[in-house]
Amino acid sequence: MKNENELTNVSEMTSLENIIISARDLNVYYGNFRAVKDINLDVKKNQVLSLIGPSGCGKSTVLRCFNRMNDLVLSAKVEGSILYNGINLYSTEVDATEIRSSIGMVFQKPNPFPKSIYDNVAFGLRINGYRGDIEEAVEKSLKQAALWDEVKDRLKDSGLTLSGGQQQRLCIARALAIEPDIVLMDEPCSALDPIATLAIEELIRELISKYTIIIVTHNMQQAARVSDETAFLMVGEDRAGYLVETGDTHQIFTNPKEERTESYITGRFS
Amino acid sequence: MPRTDFDRELNNLMDELLSLGSMVQKAVLASLHALKTRDLTISKQVIRDDDEIDNKAVSIEETCIDLMATQQPLAGDLRTIVTLLLVSTELERMGDYAEGIGKIGLLIGKEPLLKPLIDIPRIGELASNMLRLSLETLVSRDVEGAKKVILMDDDVDALYNQIYRELVLMMIENPKNIQRATYLLWVAHDLERIADRATNISERTIFMVTGKNWDISDM
Repeated sequence: MKNENELTNVSEMTSLENIIISARDLNVYYGNFRAVKDINLDVKKNQVLSLIGPSGCGKSTVLRCFNRMNDLVLSAKVEGSILYNGINLYSTEVDATEIRSSIGMVFQKPNPFPKSIYDNVAFGLRINGYRGDIEEAVEKSLKQAALWDEVKDRLKDSGLTLSGGQQQRLCIARALAIEPDIVLMDEPCSALDPIATLAIEELIRELISKYTIIIVTHNMQQAARVSDETAFLMVGEDRAGYLVETGDTHQIFTNPKEERTESYITGRFS
Repeated sequence: MPRTDFDRELNNLMDELLSLGSMVQKAVLASLHALKTRDLTISKQVIRDDDEIDNKAVSIEETCIDLMATQQPLAGDLRTIVTLLLVSTELERMGDYAEGIGKIGLLIGKEPLLKPLIDIPRIGELASNMLRLSLETLVSRDVEGAKKVILMDDDVDALYNQIYRELVLMMIENPKNIQRATYLLWVAHDLERIADRATNISERTIFMVTGKNWDISDM
């Protein structure tokens, strides 16, 4: 469910420097319960923004707003706006399905289709009516996801035969195949072993030359390693998540401005 | 309360650092006392005791590295541990200077001093006070106090320059004074460096508390 909320004044929008997508006065309700309140957040192009915070603070809810995945939750209602390339994604003219070809998503648990490795990547291309060379596009995506060398000789094998880390990279390749601008990642490494985790983190740093990435993570060291900017959310007394502080990752993790941020990242939050 | 063990380890680390600071201060004062009273036994003791100072500094460094590896400190905790690691190095070097003064005491031996020791004990007292205050303000996280310690270095530098000019003059007046004047110049220089290191400790305190590097021109 969505709340109709159009903005006609283009100059208000994402014209500031390098900002690719923004949340403005974002509130999300599940039924009568307000899960997230008054979020104002800018995401810079070709950077990694990490969303951190305790359980229940609304990180994943906010993340899902960026590509209207919350539309798939019956009781969810979104107020405010998500501004992307001058357009409010929650305005009535915008097709949610189309958005998701520009703003892809990778989930916590790797979820390749029960298809071949090749078809996993080609699927999105075919669905979107891709007219170019699919084989070339598949190879390009698998290379971008640093998976090509490991699978090039067995593209017909099922995606499910890959290891956890490989499956996640396949999911990333699948998301990249349709050439999004932004990739949303919801705890992409939490189901992976440490080696696979580091491989994904390295991949994230390589991808930002072409893409913008927003990542939700419980792992603060990961956020510190992988992101350029970090946003810290917390649960208020009304149980709604709110944004405490956003800043350069270096600054957040060495000298945060807010005491609440310091308490959380030093583990003294109780 | 989360991280009770970690907090306890941080407190222990601070205690260890203060203990090291106390050892260094004793060494500095003892080396000067030995020089003044011409007590070579004390000079030799200061030289021997430097091993203990070095060992303690190494132990503190190992603890800091351990805590960084096992606790993955962030923000204020990270700045604190890095500060204590660096301060430990500063104190270890101060211990070396005290040892250096002890060695000069042995070199001078029972020879008459070139001049009565008046300014050198003064600079020694200033440096020793700066050492003490730098550690007190570190423990109490007193930024304004740390700034005052930094400002005290001007007095030390002025006194050192005075001693330097005086001793150089004595060398020029009579080349036979060169060796004895050089010994005293080395002592003054070691004390001036102790004061500099106390300044460094205070600068690190300011960084630890504020997360920012402070320059004297910021006053």
